[in-house]
Amino acid sequence: MGYRSSVDIYTEWDIVAARQLGRNEAKKTGFGTVDQARITTAISELARNIYLYAGKGKIEIERFSENGLYGITIIASDEGPGIPDIRKVMEDGFSTSGGLGAGMPGVKRLMDEFKVHTESGVGTNITITKWLR
Amino acid sequence: MNMRIPILKLNDTLIVSVQWELDDQTAIQFQEDLLKKMHETSARGVVIDLTPIDFIDSFIAKVLGDVISMSGLMGAKVVITGIQPAVAITLIELGIRLENVLTALDLENGLDKLRKELEA
Repeated sequence: MGYRSSVDIYTEWDIVAARQLGRNEAKKTGFGTVDQARITTAISELARNIYLYAGKGKIEIERFSENGLYGITIIASDEGPGIPDIRKVMEDGFSTSGGLGAGMPGVKRLMDEFKVHTESGVGTNITITKWLR
Repeated sequence: MNMRIPILKLNDTLIVSVQWELDDQTAIQFQEDLLKKMHETSARGVVIDLTPIDFIDSFIAKVLGDVISMSGLMGAKVVITGIQPAVAITLIELGIRLENVLTALDLENGLDKLRKELEA
């Protein structure tokens, strides 16, 4: 696989640390400024969701190459309450925090791949990937 | 680590240049500082330049949108300048629409636009 690094999310400052790490890793992968902004923003949204809804969790960032293709994968995981109605969360404009956070559909649009696994009372694991073109 | 964003006064206008990546606390502090300064100086217009900013997430966008609405309540107009291509693309893809917001390419154009708005 590739090179993996991570940031634990406990405080608002860790959100900043996670997106800075993400930007650096995106740059190292070879992404241009627009994709760097997409990746940084997506990480910021996921890290903030962890901070807001789960209290604590982790952002892992992995640079990888597969059959000569390069990319970056971000895994946001927490052991929070889980997302009760994932279909609803994936609808545009849905938010339980009063307009804070553009939500999952926005993050999905910024990236190439988006996978979410959530279980009530167990936690949430979101994996997003961007390919270098 | 909580650094405040400087707010400059030029006649009846306040000028803000955001020079570094905004964390949540700095953004909230800025909101308060700007409104206070507006009140103290009776400023009628504000230009917020975002040229060095290379990404804006939904939180920062909300704080910016809110500060524009709040300024409106206080009778001042806000122009946002210097939004980079990457920032514009990500904001729209993310689904954030900063509607009814005055914008300009750079500080110079922003000040012109503000002047026209205030004279109108």
